[in-house]
Amino acid sequence: MSRDVASLVDTLAEIVGPGHVRTALPERVTYAKDGLPTHRRVPGVVVLPGSRDEVIAVVRLLGALGMPFVPRGAGTGLSGGALADGDAVLIVLTRLNRILKIDARNRLAVVEPGVVNIRLSAAAAPHGLQYTPDPSSQTACTIGGNVAENAGGPHCLKYGVTATHVLALEVALADGRVVELGSPGGEPWGPDLVGLFVGSEGNFGVATRITVRLLPVARAVRTLLADFTSLRTAGEAVSAVIASGIVPAALEMMDQSCIRAVEDSVYAAGYPRDAAAVLLAELDGGHEVAVAADAETIESVLRAHGARSVRVAADAQERERLWLGRKKAFGAMGRLSRDLVVQDAVVPRSTLPDVLETIARIAAEYGLTVSNVFHAGDGNLHPNISFDGRTPGLRERVEAASAEIMATCIAAGGTITGEHGIGLDKLRYMPLLFDGDSLAAMRAVRRVWDPDERVNPGKVVPVHACREWAGTRNAERGTRNARGNARSDFRVATSGLDT
Amino acid sequence: MSLLDRVRALLGDEAVEVAATPDGVPRVAPASPDAVALLLGTAREEGWRVRIEGAGSWLPADAPADLALTTRRLDKIPAIEPQDLSATAEAGIGCDLLRQQLADRGTWLALDPPGLAGRTVGSIVATATAGPLRQGFGPVRDHLLGVTFVTGDGRLVHSGGRVVKNVAGYDLTRLEAGAFGAFGVIVLVHLRLRALPRADQTLALEGSREDLTQVAEDIAAAGIQPAAHELMSPALARRERWLLAVRFAGSAALVAAEEAGLRAATGGRFAALRADEGHSLWMRAAESFATRPVAFRIGGLPDSSDELLDLLQHQVGDEWISASPAIGAIRWGGDATIDRLKRVRRTLAGLEVPLTLERAPWPVRSAVGHFGAYREGVGPLVAGLRRTFDPGEAFVVAAEAAE
Repeated sequence: MSRDVASLVDTLAEIVGPGHVRTALPERVTYAKDGLPTHRRVPGVVVLPGSRDEVIAVVRLLGALGMPFVPRGAGTGLSGGALADGDAVLIVLTRLNRILKIDARNRLAVVEPGVVNIRLSAAAAPHGLQYTPDPSSQTACTIGGNVAENAGGPHCLKYGVTATHVLALEVALADGRVVELGSPGGEPWGPDLVGLFVGSEGNFGVATRITVRLLPVARAVRTLLADFTSLRTAGEAVSAVIASGIVPAALEMMDQSCIRAVEDSVYAAGYPRDAAAVLLAELDGGHEVAVAADAETIESVLRAHGARSVRVAADAQERERLWLGRKKAFGAMGRLSRDLVVQDAVVPRSTLPDVLETIARIAAEYGLTVSNVFHAGDGNLHPNISFDGRTPGLRERVEAASAEIMATCIAAGGTITGEHGIGLDKLRYMPLLFDGDSLAAMRAVRRVWDPDERVNPGKVVPVHACREWAGTRNAERGTRNARGNARSDFRVATSGLDT
Repeated sequence: MSLLDRVRALLGDEAVEVAATPDGVPRVAPASPDAVALLLGTAREEGWRVRIEGAGSWLPADAPADLALTTRRLDKIPAIEPQDLSATAEAGIGCDLLRQQLADRGTWLALDPPGLAGRTVGSIVATATAGPLRQGFGPVRDHLLGVTFVTGDGRLVHSGGRVVKNVAGYDLTRLEAGAFGAFGVIVLVHLRLRALPRADQTLALEGSREDLTQVAEDIAAAGIQPAAHELMSPALARRERWLLAVRFAGSAALVAAEEAGLRAATGGRFAALRADEGHSLWMRAAESFATRPVAFRIGGLPDSSDELLDLLQHQVGDEWISASPAIGAIRWGGDATIDRLKRVRRTLAGLEVPLTLERAPWPVRSAVGHFGAYREGVGPLVAGLRRTFDPGEAFVVAAEAAE
């Protein structure tokens, strides 16, 4: 360890305590990946502050040193977004896990960024309230990570993604200055900087305090499982449900490969194994009679559009079982192969039937197993590629197939990510979606918040594809994407483990 | 070459309306997003100061400028996709025309902004002026899938897209919504639609403000979730007393159940309005704000609504008020001096409540600013964003009070 690094580590330890700075390689390696297995970076130093003040002090220190850093929550992300290189400090926020306030009268909560998503709903439940964004990883992922990625989840179809629910933020900027964005009532102080911050993937600073909206827990719920003998018919039924004018709380689809993986696992939910696809639809609301009527309408729509059968969960236990299968589908797919790439793209809902067929064709052409489990009501696809990364040449095939799937979604009028973010994984697709001026605008906005591009460097905007922009041209150094303008003479050896 | 000759050479004779504005500022109406980019690129080179206009029915067309850029000829609706519940519209299309075309396709944009029916979509997005339906369907930003805008130096920037979920890149769409044009001229928007509600029922109750405030609390406590839930001042509602109007929209079963719930929670005091009465009530209230010289909105917490109404009554009067007590949003209309407006903003800021000036003559806008009383650290960010999107300060927008 060089003198520079030793000095940094000592100062960090003074701020957060020696037990909360990780420098040993085996410790740092545990932070080398997120939920996506295809990217791996070993951070130079890992620091785990325990309070807002410690976060600000750490960020100020790194700002004074001009060092890059990466904020990270629970590391459940699926885009390589919270990985740090050897020359960067990883700031892990999981110790900031306090729910600071639940204001039931005004239906809001104030939390620290490391609060686990599901804990907030549990804490709000005694007040008859809930925090509605429910990513599949909600038992582990943090609200801070959700804010960074603008996370979604099945019930975002009706209730909206994270951005809909964030009212105000306290943010530590790259140099440690603290800014307050938004207001508890949701009206911004000026332009909507909360809306801009949410989904910025950590590039604009570290959220140290988050105010979110809570909604009443639905008093009535109906969960329906419809099964189909073809994927196309199931896709067509999705459009029919949306066009019915009734917005389900959730409308999820699983294909046969996924159904069988779930049914072979401990999460077996009773999905029909011979179905080409199932749709899981949930209706909820404040009135039993209205929800029951809407559920009947949706059942009729599903039957009229090719459902072989429609099963309505008889009780809460059955509903939970049906949902457990869906929520644990990614885990169940771990049975299919050693590695799993969870993809994320969105298409116009009416194109689902065609796009699903094209994805199946791409999978066949590349000889890969692709399972689909996704938020059909939003057109938010998750084609998941199961593979064994040890097989020579297979990773390249997975990459090539992923690229074709992304191109297919863009050609259908869609986008390359609906909730997982760009991170490292989707960087190369950004120029397919945005022209040079639009990418340059994003980069210029980022530099307003972080002039040296030190916070989570190398993510979201592919610098090489940006057209020149006033204000950035003089600072441009032609650096590779992973750097920005941050100092880069700090690097901790990783014994060749970096990929 | 004069400014007008230069513009004619760039965009053609038909793009220029000479002396069409009351203050004699030449009005230029580009017919495409590219033409807007060309014009603003030239404005940057020439140092022209540009004011942005839509239909001219909301913000007065009175900012001092070298030319007025109107989006009126950007009036196409390139796509309405009922199956996807999305639409793409150019910024200069009037809301009334868009609404009609959407209805023809069985779809609905769940926004009821203040102002005249022909307000442009671009104006509504740029000012983020949502109406009572924000209670059930959210603020303007929640209805946007993407925008295309042109910066002050003539760059065409695309943000978001046509699909209902999208986290590719930073959310410049939300930044543009409510920026009053400080970060660019919005030329195209992608909208999230809803299916036309099968049932749409408005119920109303007249009474004292105190009584109706209590009723509003009872409604919220009963878990009733209306599409709109608005407390209107007598002048705004054109009634003798204050009016609490509740609107339900959705499936017939839902609306019937909510209506029954409302009657149960309030002792059956509400009167159901006929469809035409309900439509007329909401439309007249929206239009009333276009007849007052000044309008602003404030966003507090639900439990402070009554206190905020008292404060407004005391400082600027309460003749023209529309409040959503369940979400703490209040719109005020009327006339007020610069000093009074500044004072009410300062007072509200002390209560952690932002005030956004939505509409006022230029002398008031420039002295008060659409925004003000920024929280810690926000001012430098806003200034940086303005330099980023308008490096030559071409746009005449009173984002903040003039120094």
